[in-house]
Amino acid sequence: MKVIVLDGEFDPWKAVSEYQNENIEDGKHGASVTFIGSMRDFNDGVDGISNMYLDHYPGMTEKHIGHVIEDAMEKWDVMDALVVHRVGDIKPNDAIVLVAVWSEHRAMAFDACRFIINDLKHRAPFWKREASDAGERWVEGNSIDAVADEHSNAKPK
Amino acid sequence: MKIAVKYFASMRETMGKADEQTNLDEGATVNDLWASVATIPMAENTLIAVNMEYTNADHVLVEGDEVAFFPPVTGG
Repeated sequence: MKVIVLDGEFDPWKAVSEYQNENIEDGKHGASVTFIGSMRDFNDGVDGISNMYLDHYPGMTEKHIGHVIEDAMEKWDVMDALVVHRVGDIKPNDAIVLVAVWSEHRAMAFDACRFIINDLKHRAPFWKREASDAGERWVEGNSIDAVADEHSNAKPK
Repeated sequence: MKIAVKYFASMRETMGKADEQTNLDEGATVNDLWASVATIPMAENTLIAVNMEYTNADHVLVEGDEVAFFPPVTGG
């Protein structure tokens, strides 16, 4: 497994492909599930968000995500996992986070991927600061997602 | 005992600094630490980490601990 905290752009698809080529044994995994979180240009009723700054707690971030991946690998018998998370200045449409999980069967990869990204959103020490025409603001804690995550299926619009 | 203190995100602005060193009596808790560095009560949603692991305000500190205070997280 690998945790990368990165100050700079990255291509999540390339990261998955490279990691798989280098680390996942041929013919052994039957499922790979990938989650990519990207930056929107709107949030909580504010439009025209021009950029965002992601603060984090160096050291604890990597340590915490490492623990979460270990928990997931043990709980679901996952073969391997990769997490990449941006920090610093981020623009709309940039990939912020990548979670990729490899396992023998799809159910465990889906469950482990969901578990890792939900923990990342609620417990990993990252903080978003948004800039728009209305000024700058720290984004409030992920309470809305916490409610949404109670349900395993996304709500239809 | 010497304790290193760190503040992140809005907590850094509230405290007006990113980090500091402080001296506390043996047996002091995170609550005692807060009382010694802050003039306002700790917000209910404040998260606390000691040596980069989540804990609570009753945690008893030891020499050399690194304590961080921060608001609810917003990663992902």
